[in-house]
Amino acid sequence: MTQSAENVLDHFELFRGPEYQSMLASKRELFENRRDPAEVERVREWAKTAEYQEKNFAREALTINPAKACQPLGAVFAAVGFEGTLPFVHGSQGCVAYYRSHFSRHFKEPTSCVSSSMTEDAAVFGGLNNMIDGLANTYSMYKPKMIAVSTTCMAEVIGDDLNAFIKTAKEKGSVPEAFDVPFAHTPAFVGSHVTGYDNALKGILEHFWDGKAGTAPKVERKPNGKINFIGGFDGYTVGNIREVKRIFDLMGVEYTILGDNSDVWDTPTDGEFRMYDGGTTLEEAAAAVHAKATLSMQEYCTEKTLPFIAGHGHETVSFNHPIGVAGTDRFLMEVARLTGKEIPDALARERGRLVDAVADSSSHIHGKKFALYGDPDLCLGLAAFLLELGAEPTHVLATNGSKGWAAKMQGLFDSSPFGKNCKVYPGRDLWHMRSLLFTEPVDYLIGNTYGKYLERDTGTPLIRIGFPIFDRHHHHRYPVWGYHGGMNVLVRILDKIFDTFDANTNIPSKSDYSFDIIR
Amino acid sequence: MSMSETQNVAEIKARNKELINEVLQVYPEKTAKRRAKHLNVHEAGKSDCGVKSNLKSIPGVMTIRGCAYAGSKGVVWGPIKDMIHISHGPVGCGQYSWAARRNYYIGTTGIDTFVTMQFTSDFQEKDIVFGGDKKLAKIIDEIQDLFPLNNGISIQSECPIGLIGDDIEAVSKVKSKEYEGKTIVPVRCEGFRGVSQSLGHHIANDAIRDWVFDKAQGKDAPAGFEATPYDVAIIGDYNIGGDAWSSRILLEEMGLRVIAQWSGDGTLAELEATPKAKLNVLHCYRSMNYISRHMEEKYGIPWCEYNFFGPSKIAESLRKIASYFDDKIKEGAERVIAKYQALVDDVIAKYRPRLEGKTVMLFVGGLRPRHVIGAYEDLGMEVVGTGYEFGHNDDYQRTAQHYVKDGTLIYDDVTGYEFEKFVEKVQPDLVGSGIKEKYVFQKMGVPFRQMHSWDYSGPYHGYDGFAIFARDMDMAINAPVWKMAETPWKAKPKPHLLAAE
Repeated sequence: MTQSAENVLDHFELFRGPEYQSMLASKRELFENRRDPAEVERVREWAKTAEYQEKNFAREALTINPAKACQPLGAVFAAVGFEGTLPFVHGSQGCVAYYRSHFSRHFKEPTSCVSSSMTEDAAVFGGLNNMIDGLANTYSMYKPKMIAVSTTCMAEVIGDDLNAFIKTAKEKGSVPEAFDVPFAHTPAFVGSHVTGYDNALKGILEHFWDGKAGTAPKVERKPNGKINFIGGFDGYTVGNIREVKRIFDLMGVEYTILGDNSDVWDTPTDGEFRMYDGGTTLEEAAAAVHAKATLSMQEYCTEKTLPFIAGHGHETVSFNHPIGVAGTDRFLMEVARLTGKEIPDALARERGRLVDAVADSSSHIHGKKFALYGDPDLCLGLAAFLLELGAEPTHVLATNGSKGWAAKMQGLFDSSPFGKNCKVYPGRDLWHMRSLLFTEPVDYLIGNTYGKYLERDTGTPLIRIGFPIFDRHHHHRYPVWGYHGGMNVLVRILDKIFDTFDANTNIPSKSDYSFDIIR
Repeated sequence: MSMSETQNVAEIKARNKELINEVLQVYPEKTAKRRAKHLNVHEAGKSDCGVKSNLKSIPGVMTIRGCAYAGSKGVVWGPIKDMIHISHGPVGCGQYSWAARRNYYIGTTGIDTFVTMQFTSDFQEKDIVFGGDKKLAKIIDEIQDLFPLNNGISIQSECPIGLIGDDIEAVSKVKSKEYEGKTIVPVRCEGFRGVSQSLGHHIANDAIRDWVFDKAQGKDAPAGFEATPYDVAIIGDYNIGGDAWSSRILLEEMGLRVIAQWSGDGTLAELEATPKAKLNVLHCYRSMNYISRHMEEKYGIPWCEYNFFGPSKIAESLRKIASYFDDKIKEGAERVIAKYQALVDDVIAKYRPRLEGKTVMLFVGGLRPRHVIGAYEDLGMEVVGTGYEFGHNDDYQRTAQHYVKDGTLIYDDVTGYEFEKFVEKVQPDLVGSGIKEKYVFQKMGVPFRQMHSWDYSGPYHGYDGFAIFARDMDMAINAPVWKMAETPWKAKPKPHLLAAE
């Protein structure tokens, strides 16, 4: 027995003790009917080969370890960025339990969201009663300022009509007639979480700008000098939105953040649970129609929203999750152009500091090969940063990336000598990536928490950037946008590089001559 | 903090009843009437907790529950390590449940073991319109091609499957035949079925009955399997953080032979061998009583519930299990209890003084709303409120008859609002619930432990697990952070609930 009160052994160590090891060996031997270890080893090696990769890439039906989630997750993300807003997902209730858990595991914060809890009878008769009762309960219990409705695949398959249902619910008195209930259909079998973000945000703006589903006059646009800013679905939303606000304030820009998630997923522990905190006010959301221009930080999160906004007379500009010097330059210069504000010297100095840091460190990154996966915009932003560091983003993969995205990525590769041997993989998953890492190895991998399985299997060191990050804490508090954000990403990459150097040079009298104290 | 220190049972009961009335005020009348049936104050001597359970959750109230898919894929089937479990339908369900439940296992992932992988048919609009059966058939072919060492496949249905009229049973049969009788199990666990995870457990149990047992019947026992008089199977332990391992070791030490683990670190061969057991020992009654009853009826295997949380219940359980066997095993049970007594004494000596009199409120799934109460009591703590996410009346009967004290607050399928309000007013020293609840209560300054995932710690089962459990509860309650929650220059904030008043 190895356990003791004095030195409590966790699962890390406990099961490595001799009693457990022999217990597990005998379980395997006697009961598991496991494959011959030599056969397991043979298949393990085979799965690293080009032959296996060919079969793997020939898959047409099976998806293994995808790097994407479904639409309603993005809809919930968009909804909580508005003041006092409770997301209401119409359909099966288990989905909502999953979205709440998923966000809480990433942000280490509560995520409030309700379901209309549809079951078999609703599958047969439709979910109208669930909508009527659900809105009434949500309204009286949680006193939201707005309820933003989206759908699970169940409600979509049976064809529930949100517009009609919400109208009926209002007629039945579930919520007051004038209470804001924007909605969006968000079928899980179309697109991904970034599509859901797009649909939900568009639904909210449509609601406020286009006459609240026929219950109010359309807002007549009176252009002013403000700009709107849309962050998109972003695991770093807390740090990023705050950084963008700081930059806008430095520039003296008048702005509205459409969907400000920075406070709701970063509330203090001070004795009070804030179910709602921060967010774009409903007045601001409505008034945003008057802005002269709208910026989207993530093109592929706003494929419908941005044209909708442009249709209201705004100039619209989109970026691809800009990270690093040139990306931030373009962002700032666009803001300056649109608002007529000058970029203050303070930001020029921040820029210089990031360039300084890159100059100090790029020799450790130059020429290194990276594999990279994530949402389409994040991949573009990170790949651009890697190229300006002199690194090669050798494999870039987005499960929810389209052909158009792939063409854009190829254009980016073509713009730099470091992109020469790089390849883009739209619509592929992490099991494809696994093959790539075996057949065309790289130095480092950038991805979300699930990349740790690739790190384990292929030995490629993982730099955690993306969503979700479940197994490291608080990364979402640090921006990756702006020059400060670029610095954070640079440091995160460098830390892994130096840790890897140290881990590879620490065997005494064998490799530790390179175990340098100064790097 | 504990109110129970200063109040007698009658006062606590009156307070709890008042509290129930208070939370019901927030609801529209119809909802209040329905919710009232799920809330109660336990009366000692009653045969159950006096609440309705296993009923539909009310729309819009923020239930904590999940769905049938979560019960089947997430709980019962997912941990079977040498099979590939396809999340059949759109991408989300499999994505959100991917490796989140900490079902530990030994094996080469991706080669002969597949638990922490996400296999999905990633339904697109065309699959909804034209049906997904052809895609499913192709998926099975691709699995066979890329993962030749898999020992079986299960198809975990997501909502659309049952709505679009796919025939996954037919596909399974055809493909099983094509692959020489391979075990391919269609599971009708669409998320809209039933009222919670619970029906998913039942459907998953039935699928094992119909597609594993019935298929294995007539086949010889698995190669090399020789029955002994001391063969038992662990049923309803998902090996979260290694729970089944720290349980198995005790059963083996008392002289029993564990021929199968259901389903944490389990294999298809273990499922198939289970009808050879002399006794099924059942930990999570809620999720696996169905298959235990079936094996009793069909194969005459008795089953016995046990509880491996905390030394009192462990000793009681070891003796109960031993009572089904001869003196050799009974002596073995005593030997095991004696062996670990020193550890138990040390753990209690160290932690009980730090935890004595502390109060706990629980809201969890499965067996834990009752099973962990003994472990807290071993540490001198008191559970003052508890409820089941997806329990049935037989769970509340067991709770009332064997676990909770007079005056305990009972809340079935608690809503977010109710739980906050109860905790705010009862002011327990610790809340034990899930990830969705964790940060709500920590913001309020209340220590919290996740009692589904063990907050990424564990195991909590068995004697080795009890040491970890005690250490974790101490570290939650006595962490210095809780003294810092109040801002020193600010007046004490009034307990405040957004939706209240």
